[in-house]
Amino acid sequence: METPEGFAVAPPLGDLLLASKPRHGFIRLVQRQPTMVLGAFVLLLLLLIAVLAPYLGTVDPLALNPIARAQPPSAEHWFGTDLIGRDLWSRVLYGARISLLVGFSVAILASAGGLVLGLVSGFIRALDGIIMRMTDGLMSIPPILLAITLMSLTRASVGNVILAISIAEVARVSRLVRGVVLTLREQAYVDAATAAGTRRPMIMLRHITPNTLAPLMVQATYICASAMIVEAILSFIGAGTPPTIPSWGNIMAEGRALWQIKPFIVFIPAAFLSVTILAVNLVGDGLRDMLDPRMAKTI
Amino acid sequence: MLGYILRRLGSTVIVLVLVGLFVFSLLYIAPGDPAAIIAGDTATPQDVEHIRQNLGLDQPFVVRFGKWGLGVIQGDLGRSIYANLPVSTMILERLQPTVSLMVVTVLISVLLAVPMGVLSAWQAGTWTDRGVTALAVLGFSVPVFVVGYVLAYAFGLKLAWLPVQGYAPLREGLWPWLQRLILPAFTLGSVYIALIARITRASMLEVLQQDYIRAARAKGVPTIAILFIHALKNAAVPIVTVIGLGVALLIGGAVITESVFAIPGLGRLTVDAILRRDYPVTQGVVLVFSFSYVMVNLLVDVIYTLVDPRIRY
Repeated sequence: METPEGFAVAPPLGDLLLASKPRHGFIRLVQRQPTMVLGAFVLLLLLLIAVLAPYLGTVDPLALNPIARAQPPSAEHWFGTDLIGRDLWSRVLYGARISLLVGFSVAILASAGGLVLGLVSGFIRALDGIIMRMTDGLMSIPPILLAITLMSLTRASVGNVILAISIAEVARVSRLVRGVVLTLREQAYVDAATAAGTRRPMIMLRHITPNTLAPLMVQATYICASAMIVEAILSFIGAGTPPTIPSWGNIMAEGRALWQIKPFIVFIPAAFLSVTILAVNLVGDGLRDMLDPRMAKTI
Repeated sequence: MLGYILRRLGSTVIVLVLVGLFVFSLLYIAPGDPAAIIAGDTATPQDVEHIRQNLGLDQPFVVRFGKWGLGVIQGDLGRSIYANLPVSTMILERLQPTVSLMVVTVLISVLLAVPMGVLSAWQAGTWTDRGVTALAVLGFSVPVFVVGYVLAYAFGLKLAWLPVQGYAPLREGLWPWLQRLILPAFTLGSVYIALIARITRASMLEVLQQDYIRAARAKGVPTIAILFIHALKNAAVPIVTVIGLGVALLIGGAVITESVFAIPGLGRLTVDAILRRDYPVTQGVVLVFSFSYVMVNLLVDVIYTLVDPRIRY
């Protein structure tokens, strides 16, 4: 191609116009949600620690050693020992089991319960009033206080802790689900399904429930984080996981008496607890940004 | 307006009756003999029998609830099993430290969190904004008692700026009182600050995009005035809502904060009552806390009309 006198010709744009190669899969996720991937990675690591606790250089977390009491971290006891000479490294690693178990179980139980209550409430007018007044009552008791009250009536056990926290959280979930159901049931596609003769239970199951799952999943991660906090608090004040099972909350409770002199007994489980909850929250924030772009812009 | 407040009061009463019914019936829903539950594992048969008579278990449930409810309305919350004192007396004795802690916490939190949120929204997308957001995520993630021990260790033990534990009543002077409340208030406020800052940022972001803000800027209104007068006023409703709803976090957190800092308030009373299985006290404290929470949120709804003249009931 020849250039006429006096004209400047722009260089070809070729490369600029080529579509940038779209990235897929994991790399794209890391680029878009780096904090979420970090959170998920930390959680995975903790899960591994919890499962493999017996093989990670731990001893029996309940074994007493009266000679080696409240020792600072050393080569023999990596995290030191507690006030009655139990190895803290072992106790903290085994403690991960309780936090994760309680967090995940409560997230699943409260979501399932809330989903059922919310669906029923959103679809059956007659029961809506009753269920909503009950959630009003439950929600006006602060969740930690409600869980504490429930625990005061039962024996301290991990199962009861899970149940108590789930009950305290279920009202909020059912509110959320009901809200989603109420907007969805007015949608044209639901009318269409009704007109086509689909029965109500089928509409709920096939057309409504799938659309509640995204906000429910986000809510479930936050419930998981909050359940871990509440478990630690319950165990810390002596109304949660029984002392025979090491949990981060009750390791801290036992270290309390001497925390001013031996702060590591309180601070090591505290650090594990905080990092775990941070990881869950990061995953939650990432999920929210991905599943609910409208929320992501504002909060 | 008055009609609205009355209607809200009506529904508040219903909620409170439900809370009362719930708290009262818990003891009877729990598996096993209520008297034995209260007495605990180490009780003798005489103890159990004594408690059974105290609870009036020979009467039907409705009669028991009616009697108890009538008593509660008149301020009679029953008698403590452990201390053999009226529950209302025990609660009144412990009220001042907790109310002091809450008031100081709310003041500190609002004064810190609102400017933080405003700054974050104004500087949206910058490192300042990211810093505030990261702080908020941290505030949500680090449990109250962990914050408490870290603050007590850093400012109480290592730096020795403030006392580590205890409470001084207000009549001993303003500074001794305030001095012992600063660390607990920051501890208790950690989640609350995160919550308020986050909502303030979100609400401000929305308002700052509106035309009247650009008009104010074009007119030459100083940035500070735009942010804190023109914008904040219109962003206030969600912020005030969350300040009210967050009181639930404060109540739950107070139970723990008072344990960490050895403050003899209602939170300590709750923990002690639970460990001693003193159910009438637990019942009373839960009722008082829930009552205050419901009332704070009623107040918030009324404040809306003052903050935002567009809201009319």
